Amino acid sequence: MRIPCPFCGSRDSQEFSFLGQAGLKRPDPNAPDAQKQFHDYVHIRDNKAGVTKELWLHANGCRSWITVTRNTLTHEITGSEFASPLTKEAAQ
Amino acid sequence: MSQSHRLAKGGLIDRSKPLSFTFDGKTYKGYAGDTLASALLANDVQLVARSFKYHRPRGILTAGSEEPNALVGLRAGARHEPNVRATVAELYDGLIAQSQNRWPSLAFDLGAVNSLLSPFFAAGFYYKTFMWPASFWEKVYEPLIRRAAGLGKPPVGDDPDIYEKAFAHCDLLVIGAGSAGLAAALAAARSGARVILADEGPMLGGRLLSDKRIIGNQSGLDWVKATEAELVSLPNVRIMPRTTIFGVYDHGVYGALERVNDHVATPPAHEPRQRAYRIYAKRAVLAAGAIERPHVFGNNDRPGVMLGSAMRTYINRYAVVPTKRVAIFTSSDEGYATAHDLIAAGASVQAIIDTRADATISAAHDIPHFKGAKILRTLGNKQVQSVEIELADGSTRILDCDGVAMSNGWNPAVHLTCHQGGRPVWDDKINAFLPGNLPAGLSVAGAAQGHFGLKDTLADGFRLGASAVDDLGFKAPAIAMPDTDPESLAHTPLWRVKTSKGKCFVDFQHDVTDTDIELANREGFRSVEHMKRYTTLGMATDQGKTSNISGLAILGEASGRSMAEVGTTIFRPPYTPVALGALAGHHVHKGFRPTRLTPSHQWAEEQGAVFMETGLWLRAQYFPKTKNESWLDAMIREVEITRSKVGVCDVSTLGKIDLQGKDVGTFLDRVYTGTFSTLPVGKVRYGLMMREDGFVQDDGTTARLSENRWLMTTTTAGAGKVMAHLEFCHQVLWPELDIAFTSVTEQWAQYSIAGPHARDVLKKLVDARHDISNEAFPYMACGAITICNGIPARLFRISFSGELAYEIGVPNRYGDALIRAIMKAGEEFGITPYGLEALSTMRIEKGHVAGGELNGQTTPRDLGLIKMVSQKKDCIGKHMSERPAMLYPDRPIFVGLKPKNPKSKLTGGAHFLDKGAKPSLENDLGHMMSVAYSPMLKSWIGLGIVKRGRERIGDTIRAVDFVRGTEFEVEICDPVFFDPQGERLRG
Ligand SMILES: [Zn+2]
Repeated sequence: MRIPCPFCGSRDSQEFSFLGQAGLKRPDPNAPDAQKQFHDYVHIRDNKAGVTKELWLHANGCRSWITVTRNTLTHEITGSEFASPLTKEAAQ
Repeated sequence: MSQSHRLAKGGLIDRSKPLSFTFDGKTYKGYAGDTLASALLANDVQLVARSFKYHRPRGILTAGSEEPNALVGLRAGARHEPNVRATVAELYDGLIAQSQNRWPSLAFDLGAVNSLLSPFFAAGFYYKTFMWPASFWEKVYEPLIRRAAGLGKPPVGDDPDIYEKAFAHCDLLVIGAGSAGLAAALAAARSGARVILADEGPMLGGRLLSDKRIIGNQSGLDWVKATEAELVSLPNVRIMPRTTIFGVYDHGVYGALERVNDHVATPPAHEPRQRAYRIYAKRAVLAAGAIERPHVFGNNDRPGVMLGSAMRTYINRYAVVPTKRVAIFTSSDEGYATAHDLIAAGASVQAIIDTRADATISAAHDIPHFKGAKILRTLGNKQVQSVEIELADGSTRILDCDGVAMSNGWNPAVHLTCHQGGRPVWDDKINAFLPGNLPAGLSVAGAAQGHFGLKDTLADGFRLGASAVDDLGFKAPAIAMPDTDPESLAHTPLWRVKTSKGKCFVDFQHDVTDTDIELANREGFRSVEHMKRYTTLGMATDQGKTSNISGLAILGEASGRSMAEVGTTIFRPPYTPVALGALAGHHVHKGFRPTRLTPSHQWAEEQGAVFMETGLWLRAQYFPKTKNESWLDAMIREVEITRSKVGVCDVSTLGKIDLQGKDVGTFLDRVYTGTFSTLPVGKVRYGLMMREDGFVQDDGTTARLSENRWLMTTTTAGAGKVMAHLEFCHQVLWPELDIAFTSVTEQWAQYSIAGPHARDVLKKLVDARHDISNEAFPYMACGAITICNGIPARLFRISFSGELAYEIGVPNRYGDALIRAIMKAGEEFGITPYGLEALSTMRIEKGHVAGGELNGQTTPRDLGLIKMVSQKKDCIGKHMSERPAMLYPDRPIFVGLKPKNPKSKLTGGAHFLDKGAKPSLENDLGHMMSVAYSPMLKSWIGLGIVKRGRERIGDTIRAVDFVRGTEFEVEICDPVFFDPQGERLRG
């Protein structure tokens, strides 16, 4: 598999490590139902068969956390961007 | 007789290079250019193996990598390699090969008795026979199956050869260098695109090496040579012979195995035996050709029975007539080409038995020619002596012969097209499965696409080679199609001879017969996937290259379904077996787990330290004073000296992260359970770090070096994980924080000086202008200093041992000099170096948590560290660590354990039970996490978790270790065994 790193370009997937679903928002710790929200944040995943957004760390590269858009049925990768919105902005 | 079956002339062998080899201890001769199979056949060695289940005599069926029968053990000793296909093993001088799967000898094999037990070995026998009783599995069934299976024996000793991993990039990868592949490579190469042309064999040409053909105004062989010469001359082309593309992976990644030195006895110095490539190709053309199909008839596995195409290969390429009186069994016009070549080679064609009543082709040379006829069985013992044939009118007769050449049409080599989930599609016109949906960027040319004629393979190659690179923006010049000599490929396959007598083999390697498939069908295993697993058809090392399609056809026939309805299983990587050594490459032993050494490693070696691995690091475990001092005695001495005088320990392996920015304090408040933003400059604080799921992942200290600069330490083993975690927290969770950080683990050498004389030693090293008195530099102070006349250093007054202690860090390059300076300065105080054993003992005496306790299953509360969790703020893991189950009063909690008898050698992992309680999950109270012999208490002590442990201080329970077979009574106590008030470290 090849993964396009927005900083380094197309690289072998061996250079990356996988974390899981991207786009999860860490709950507000002061919310009244914070514990329930944190439970879902830590454990509940869509596990979609199809197009997903997932977090990868370019561990043996630039050490960027990136959001990769990948189809779990075909492994087709249609996008990747810096997970940090600030880095994304700066890169543009 | 020497090479009795070798032709006097012809072939692509080098007769000026005779080679000598042995098979089962007997010496034979061959020539350079031979395979082991062709050389054996040249010497009329027909019997080369015994079959897997029934131990039936087997000969050479094919001339390629699809060979199911002729598996041999190659080389001896540590270089021995089992299950080598003799048909692709290139001959070299001194080659040693052994037959497999026989005892005591190939000719007389006791295992052949299995043939008599064949009902016992029918389809599904694994599932039926070896089910019960369960206790028989390990002791009876498994050894029995393993011995009986006998697919070769593993080598003895470590492989002495080296293997490499490599990477290659190209615009177009052409897989297979037969007519289609060469044409594709040529068309693409002329555009200037970067082309890699790979072929599993040592020579380019494919079937053009085996069949005498005409292309344009030259022989097929000359066309191959001319094409190869042009490709070699182009700088943008790389030709990789002896290279199998074994797998297609995502995004244009191809796995390739180059057999760099399999064709010699031992690789030249510094050269690998094999090299595994990842090839990154923007486009690929699969030109893997096709594999001829055998017929399924009685005793079709007897040596002497061979594919017709293979027979032509042996004659034309290797100048060997495999057998001299041959019956042609054909369902295709190609059988007649085989007859032609046999006769040209001086062999006798006993008859052409054509299964097609309506065959229009005529046999030459007055050969007996039977249309609409079949072979019912072969007769003979270790080689065919005759065949019984059934004529169109139903009559039978015996035909004398010593070999059978089968031609039953071809199966396109679609294997690689399946590797990304593609499912082959049945085609009624060519009676074969064609590639289904293809991996992105891959197209299929020639026989692999079911285009079998030479004209078609060339046209496909030129067209697809050009279009692949045109697609990438190159301009491939047009190539005029050369004329080719006429050929006749008409065929109507016969999937099996129903009126056969004797066993009819479908899968030769796994000994699966037509009746096995019928049985599977009768027993309800009608799905092709079920039938495959029940009969093990196609599950051998050849993945059923010669057997799958016949098997599917027989299943279809038995279940009344068409081939399209039956469908097919798909093929997986690797196309042919790949040695694990090749996949590992250099990543073995230390190449897999490199060793990290601290700056003072050499010094520690000089002290005679015994080392142990911690992660990748080598750390001193203890420093024996004499050769015979045990680790326990050494540890006791090191602890006693450190606690009474002074000791020094290398702690350079701890992870160190340099954090800078105005928001570091805020960041640390969020990742640590405690509060750091309030930490004054020049102070250190202990920190506990949770994962978001509420379990502790690491601990360490963080020092505030200046307003906006901090230094975090992590555990040795957790350094990498913590770094990635912090990067996640910063980049994904809180990118708005103004921080930056980097690992500086290897930039700093660090030593802990501990004991009552620690300050005395330090004073001799620290430059005089720095006041390190207890008042000026109290417990938990830190600062930048200089030592030994101006060398920059960092000093931290922190203690893991519970003694008055300092950690002193210097830039890595001063590490070796510093440890020597510390030892010298400490000499007058009786300083000792101490290793991990003493370090660990002292921390257990102090009840500090470490690796055993930070096991990813403990919360701060479990570890008795709830006071470390600030209740005034959120942090990673806080909410999850406070879930009701985590607060459950019965949840085991951290305590100390002291054996009733101080000499009882406690063990980590022992489980706690109440007196008289049966060992069961319900009665389990917790377990021991760390143990040590305490020189201070003169007793073994332990740390662990016990249900309601804090409420049960003073109770006696049992520590039971079933693995090591020990049981001791232990008293639950406070985890701080030594100096509970912490007076020593503040002194
Ligand atoms: Zn990168």
